Amino acid sequence: MINLDTPKKFRAFVDQANQVADNFLRANSRKYDLAEHSYPKELDLLASLVDGMSDSGQGQGAGAAGVRRGEDEAEGKKSKVKNGTNMSSVLSVIEMCWGDVGLLLSMPRQGLGNSAIASVATDEQLERYKGTWAAMAITEPSFGSDSAAIKTTAVKDGDHYVLNGEKIYVTSGERADSVVVWATLDKSLGRAAIKSFVVSKDTPGIRVERLEHKLGIRASDTAVILLDNCRVHESNLLGSPEIDVKQGFAGAMATFDNTRPLVAGMAVGCARASLELIRELLEKAGVDIDYDRPATSQSYAAATFLQMEADWEAALLLTLEAAWLADNRKPNSMEASMAKAKAGRVGNDITLRCVELAGTLGYSETEFLEKWSRDSKILDIFEGTQQIQQLIVARRLLNLSSTQLK
Amino acid sequence: MASRKDPMGIGLAVLNRIASSPTIDRLGLRKQSEKAVYHGTRAGFQAAGAAARTFKRVKGSGKPARQASTGDSGVFDLTPTEDQQMIVGVVSEFAGEVLRPGAEAAEKTDDTPKEVLAQTTEFGLSLLNVPEALGGLSEERSATTGVLVAEALAYGDMGQAVACLAPSAVATAISLWGSDEQQQTYLPAFTGDDVPAAALVISEPVPLFDPFELGTTATKTGDGYVLTGLKSGAVRGLEAELFIVAASLEGKPALFVVEAAAEGVSVAADPSMGLRAAGLTRLKLEDAPAALLGDGAEDDYREAVRLARLGWSALALGTAKAVLDYTKEYVVGREAFGEPIAYRQSVAFMVANIAIELEGMRLVTLKAASRAEQRQSYAREVALARKLAAEYGMKIGTDGVQLLGGHGFVKEHPVERWYRDLRAVGLMEGAVLV
Repeated sequence: MINLDTPKKFRAFVDQANQVADNFLRANSRKYDLAEHSYPKELDLLASLVDGMSDSGQGQGAGAAGVRRGEDEAEGKKSKVKNGTNMSSVLSVIEMCWGDVGLLLSMPRQGLGNSAIASVATDEQLERYKGTWAAMAITEPSFGSDSAAIKTTAVKDGDHYVLNGEKIYVTSGERADSVVVWATLDKSLGRAAIKSFVVSKDTPGIRVERLEHKLGIRASDTAVILLDNCRVHESNLLGSPEIDVKQGFAGAMATFDNTRPLVAGMAVGCARASLELIRELLEKAGVDIDYDRPATSQSYAAATFLQMEADWEAALLLTLEAAWLADNRKPNSMEASMAKAKAGRVGNDITLRCVELAGTLGYSETEFLEKWSRDSKILDIFEGTQQIQQLIVARRLLNLSSTQLK
Repeated sequence: MASRKDPMGIGLAVLNRIASSPTIDRLGLRKQSEKAVYHGTRAGFQAAGAAARTFKRVKGSGKPARQASTGDSGVFDLTPTEDQQMIVGVVSEFAGEVLRPGAEAAEKTDDTPKEVLAQTTEFGLSLLNVPEALGGLSEERSATTGVLVAEALAYGDMGQAVACLAPSAVATAISLWGSDEQQQTYLPAFTGDDVPAAALVISEPVPLFDPFELGTTATKTGDGYVLTGLKSGAVRGLEAELFIVAASLEGKPALFVVEAAAEGVSVAADPSMGLRAAGLTRLKLEDAPAALLGDGAEDDYREAVRLARLGWSALALGTAKAVLDYTKEYVVGREAFGEPIAYRQSVAFMVANIAIELEGMRLVTLKAASRAEQRQSYAREVALARKLAAEYGMKIGTDGVQLLGGHGFVKEHPVERWYRDLRAVGLMEGAVLV
């Protein structure tokens, strides 16, 4: 039966997440926006809270962890429609990013690397890396979207791999305990030879070179990481060490099908914060939003708000759809990209228009509107830019290969 | 969920009708009946309802019958019920084999063929929202089913879809808000074999029309009301036997029942940019006798406006999907500079964005519908769905023509018709109800 409201079983938990976001994230939002690179120590307490929630069966509830398909197989019968961990993770991320995107990204033990581990690790590895805080290192100075162009090498030496290369834009690269490094076993074999390795930060040969100064999400540290003859044990390779020309890269990329709805959720949460605040400010200024009267006969501000809210709702539901498909074991690669494309662009557009509507009040640091409009930009870029999402959607839709539709 | 009977309770009744109907056998076989273009002879206002039946007044016995609402399922789910899947399957077949092939011819006659309308009667289109006790199909009302049906019809052709749904809108309004007497008087005609043409008329031909600021006024008389004003967007008004009309009563909007044969009611063809097959007309009311629908509660009126907008959003979904499927095929087949134009990002991304925006507006429309049927507030969701359908429905319409270039501009392809039809979505009020 068609129903698109928040699942009943998650409603209390969403409320809880909202309070956490308000008290721990929103409350420290400006502080760490201004003090870029300083460690948000308030999050340590929160992280242990989140760990507690996970242990008590709330799943990936409170953070940006990845999602392991098959994990909740036992929970429901085959034919029954499920609202599972994909859905609860997305709902949680939305609330957290309503609080603060940068601080969510800084949440201990909830890094993107944890997503990768959760998504592709063997059971043994999953157990071994339990409790680690893993950052993700894919991008290099010479490429962004084209992940197949990885130059960082992994050379087998006995039962170890030796890693060499430079990684940029590593979220939580300084604060995390380990980094999931993407490297190629053999450049000449292309995508299939790209593997990911869990590298503990105390391994000799890995070091943080510097931290970036950014437009937004300043609470989150973004590191440049150098790998200089860094030796890791072969058991640190995630997934299969075989170079399977068919499977290899597709497996690694599958991580993104799970993380894209989460990033879409970040954009949805951040934009909701802006929408709520601008509505409050507009109402104080005497602008009422009427859902029944035609937008054309309301004020420009009210009509703009309605348009923004409509776009926001579409982004929210596309995001929930992608998560719902994953929970019910249906392919969601195209829908995940649709969600990311829509949420990324409207999240950015909404937050920027809210600043415009609020004038210098919105532009000033006295309100959060300007901050959210800076934070939202990255959400239309990382985990696949707007253009990459459109490419993925178009290829699927038109049934074209990457050589046909470049 | 457990305490309710079969989720919608409609499916079996509908399927039974379909199974015993000759419609299916005729699907795809019926030759479009050619009709002379005749609005030349119908120009100007003329007395309405020349051939209209007289509705025999039936005294009510007290309480009007209403359909129940479905409960809150509490689970996020995008799967239609089995009943809905079956109904949509049948309606889609009808849309694909009758409405789509007949679209061009219907447009030329500015009307929808009677045979097409008769087929929708056979599968009970006007019965979906009529309570079982009054000859309808279902104990429970499902706005979601209404949305899915409107979407499926509009995938065939929006103009004919509107014509097919117009009597259903009137039957739905009387079921939802009519008094017992009104239900007994009018609904039998809609549950019988000869469903009358009828229209729910809210719009007025003024810029920035606001359905809550009506120019048409109602005045109390001895035993009823008289209406005066000019209305627009009356579907198949030249044929209509019954109207439900929005008018302002002491400054507040309300719905009134107006029989087409009454004094002071005249109609004129109002050929428009698109929706030609819906036979749009203007309706002139000069002290026309009318009855207040039900008790004229303002909440009922608001609900009518919202459910009509929901219907228009649903129609936009169907036509936008038609654009998506058509352009998908076209851009892969059409070559320029030695390769399919789909190989160019500027082309492929337009198609991707059609799909993205369509899916977004579809989900918001379904959310509004599911909230409506669960009796939760849905004003917000309808407003958002309408906004998206207006904005992106039109964007999809214009991109559909753009993707075909010059070929999109000529009638050899249907995209120019979809372009004209989709312009209606953001501005129409009334006419359909889900």
